[in-house]
This record gives sequence, structure tokens and C-alpha cells, in this order.
Amino acid sequence: MKNPIYYKTKNIAVNTVIHIFLLTIAVSCVFPLLWMIGSSLKTQSTIFSDVSLIPRQMHWENYYIAWKEGGFGRYFINSIFYTTAVVIGIIVVSSLAAYAFSRFNFRGKNLMFYAFMAAMMIPIPGSFVPLYVLLNKLHLRNTQLGYILCMINVGLSTSIFLFKTFFDKMPRELEDAARIDGCTKFGIWWNVALPLAKPVLAVVVVFNALNVWNEYLLALLIFDSRSLMPLQVALMTFQGEYITRYHLLMAGLTITAIPIIIVYCLMQKYIVKGVTQGAIVG
Amino acid sequence: MKIKLKSTLENYLFVLPAFVIFSIFYIYPFSQVFFLGLYEWDGILPTKTFVGLNNFKDIFFSDPIWWKSMFQAGWITIIALIFQNVLAFLLAWACDREIKLKNWYRLIFFLPPILSEVVVGLVWQWILEGNYGLLNSWMNNLGLAHLTRNWLNDPKTALNCVAIVHCWKGFGWGFLIFLAGLQTIPRELYEAARVDGASSWTAFRKITLPLMVPVAILVAILTILGTMQAFVLIIAMTGGGPAYHTQVPVLRILASMRDSGRFGYACAQGIVFGVILVAVSFIQYRFSKRSQARGA
Repeated sequence: MKNPIYYKTKNIAVNTVIHIFLLTIAVSCVFPLLWMIGSSLKTQSTIFSDVSLIPRQMHWENYYIAWKEGGFGRYFINSIFYTTAVVIGIIVVSSLAAYAFSRFNFRGKNLMFYAFMAAMMIPIPGSFVPLYVLLNKLHLRNTQLGYILCMINVGLSTSIFLFKTFFDKMPRELEDAARIDGCTKFGIWWNVALPLAKPVLAVVVVFNALNVWNEYLLALLIFDSRSLMPLQVALMTFQGEYITRYHLLMAGLTITAIPIIIVYCLMQKYIVKGVTQGAIVG
Repeated sequence: MKIKLKSTLENYLFVLPAFVIFSIFYIYPFSQVFFLGLYEWDGILPTKTFVGLNNFKDIFFSDPIWWKSMFQAGWITIIALIFQNVLAFLLAWACDREIKLKNWYRLIFFLPPILSEVVVGLVWQWILEGNYGLLNSWMNNLGLAHLTRNWLNDPKTALNCVAIVHCWKGFGWGFLIFLAGLQTIPRELYEAARVDGASSWTAFRKITLPLMVPVAILVAILTILGTMQAFVLIIAMTGGGPAYHTQVPVLRILASMRDSGRFGYACAQGIVFGVILVAVSFIQYRFSKRSQARGA
């Protein structure tokens, strides 16, 4: 029989190893981001010579230059606009459909629902080619509306799934009461069902917001005009034009990353929920 | 009767917006891929030339770069499957206990996945930069100057660098899913095993691993589908170079369309790639069914 001290030491040893392992990976996750912020505060000359993480002189004016001259202010506002518009669009369109799929009976309901679900699982890597042609034909290319509609479509299937799963489990008493009180179907959806669906609403908002903010391919194909570009495309354009202005590029990257990191820290609970729920679908 | 009709119409009104958007921006392009794949078309002229299966013939017999890109995507996928998923599992296993800072670790490990591929790609491109990059200057300080190189411009290292950054960005997904899976295992099973005198290693092998097989398969399928189709990170890091050494299929489809102006060919490439993806995940699904049946 080994004595308790043996077990205690063993426990501490195991825990230490685990912590070192976890800490190493955690540092490797955060360090590139700190390096990005550190680099954004150096100048054109010090960025190539100074390898310290925290520069001796902080050049905060880089952010002003990136925002004004680099045009990142404009792109930032574009990104905010697209993200807001798409998220609102997705919430309305997908919760309407999901509510019908959950509560009503009508011909073709199952077929439609399965079509949405299939879209989530079948990869079609080439479909952006005809989409590009279609947008050209409809004169929606290089327009804000074209991009917003395309991005609403991208988030539709998953959001319908999340809403429908939630509505299916939601008790119907309140809706019945509202109906007896003479509320219309749309009234019930807007006044009763949506407010009750707040937990899933948060998941849908956070997920789609991240998705739109980070989207690159469709924005690349749709926008030619600089004045319409969102951040992701603008960053690549900036990098292509000013290859050596790393400090301004890093400032642009920080401007792009910070809002996402803040949203993530505030809404982490919903993101974790979304990932684990989304995984069950796949 | 009239009321009933109105009610039915109302039902359709609920799904109408979703259905219209879905039909225009998903179903129509989807069906057009198969149609355009049979044509030679530059995307501008009003006339398309019907070429039958010629595009497919070209893909299979006279497009070595396409297959090179396919193998390169496969290589990144293999690295991701092994390296990224083993790491994700180990981290999840390490976090699935009463441990200090657990929530902090969870917060940090999912930080790379929420960032955009453009941001991640450009930051790492700066770290790996050949002349002034951080990695090379560290290696110089450590006396490893002879090993420094222009990581993303060297055909020998470019692809592996891209693969590693892809894993860095992606392991958080696997971590969260594994952690959720581990937390569904009832603690009583471990207690019972300990009472019966099993060591923690035995408990890990006999309880944790078998119960995690379905989760691992799910993560593997998601990894394959996600990694094979990843390309924005590559655009940001190498642009597909040097000399096609980091090209992947989606980049080729994009190039066929934008650079060569061969819209039909791009669609045909999309079909070939889509079929391969579906086949791979189907095979894996079947394989997992069989191994589960045998395990039970």
C-alpha cells in the first residue's frame, strides 16, 4: 500500500504537466495577436528592426492614418452596415419560415424544410460561378443589395434549423391564448413567439454576425468599387498595394479584429452553445 | 371556406421570403453549375458553345495543376486530421476536470476560430516573412541562422507552413466539440471503474476512448470538408504560390473563372470537386457505421 503522500505528489505532478501543456497552447493562441497589435504601434523604420513585443515608443497615430488615409474608416462602416443589415434580414426571414415549419401544416412543407437542410450539408464549391453570372444579369453586382441578399441566403439554412428546433420545444399555451384574444398569425409570431425565442435569437445573431464580418469570397466577387468594400476585401487590396507598410496593415488588421474579439468575449456563452448545437446537425 | 383559403395563403406567406431568396441564390446557381459545366463560355459573350463532356476530359487528362492542387489540399487535410484533432482532443481531455482557469482556457482556445482567415493569414504572413519576420529573427538569436529561410516563398516549406497555420486557426472547433462530448460521459462510470481498482489510464482506454468514437468521427468529417475547401487563408498567406506549391481546388476554380475566363470549365471543376467531397464523407460515414457496429 503506497502512502498518501505518494498520491498527493503524483497528483500535483500530473496537474503541473497539464497546466504547462494548456498554458503553452494558450500563449501560442494569444501571442500572434499581441504581435499584431505591437507591430501596429511601430513606425515604417522601427517595424523592421525592433523585435520587442511592446515598442519603446507607441505610435498611436498609425491608427489615425490607417483610419483616414488607408480608408479603413470607410471600410469599417461598410462592414458594420452589411453585418447589421444581413443579421436583421436573416432573423426576420428565417424565424418566419421556421415558425411556419414548426406550427403550421401546408402542402410541400416537409419537402421545403428538407431542401433547406440539404443545402447545409451538400458542398457545392463551384456555385459562386453561376451566382456571379446571375448577379451580373440582375444588375446586383457591385451593389450593396446584391451582397446583402447573398449573405442572407448563406445564413438561412442554419438559422432556420436553430429557430425550428427551439420553436418545436416551446410550449404553445401563450400562443393559443393570444389566438383566442384575436391575435393574427403574424401578430403571434412577432409579439409572442419571437420574444420567447430570445435564447436562440442570441445564438443566431452572434453566429451570423461573425460570419458576415469575416466573409471574403462573395465580397471579393461582388464589389469592384472601393467605396462599397467591407474590411476583409479592403485588407487584401491594401496589402497588395502597400506591401512594405506593415505597421499600417497591422493597424488595419487590429481594427478588423478588435470588434470581433469584444463581441466574442461578451457573447461567449452563445457561441459555445451554437458550436455544439451546430455540430449535432452535421 | 374563404377563411380556410386565407389561412393557407397566410401559411405560405410565412415561408415565401425564405423560399424566394433560397431559390434565387442557392437552387438556381446550384442547378446552373451542372448546366454550365457542359459549355465553353467566357462569361461575357451572349453565346455559349456546347462542348459536351470536353471540360471533364480536360480536367482528367490535361490539367496536372488541378490534380496537384487536389493533392495539396489532401496533404493539408491529412496534417489537420492528425495534428489538429489530436491536439484538440488532448486539450479537451485536459480541460474536462476540476482545473483552475478552465474557463479562461476555453475562451482563449476558441479565439483563433472566430477571427477571419484574412486577419489570421496576414498576421502569420508577417511573422513568417523572410527578411524581417519574427520567426527568422528569433532563429537568428538562437543561433539557428543556417535554418532560416523565406518560409512562405520556399517550395519546400510553404505548404507545411500553410497547413500548420490552418491547424492553429481550426483546432478550437474540435476542442469545443470534444469537450462537449466528454462532458456527456457520466461521472459514475469513472467512479465505478475506480472502485473496481482500474487505474486512470485503464479508465481512459476502456471508457473515454470508446465513448468518444462517434464524436471523433463527426470532428473528422467536419475537418475534411472544412480543410479541403479552405482557401482564403492561402490567398492571404501565399496567394497560391510559389509556383503553384500552395494551390488548392477552390483557388483553381476561382482562377479558371477570373484569370482564364473559362466559366464552363470552372463549373466542371466545381462538380468534380463536389463529387469527390461527397464521396469522401460518405465513405467515412459508412466506415464509421461499421466500426461502431463492430464495437457494440
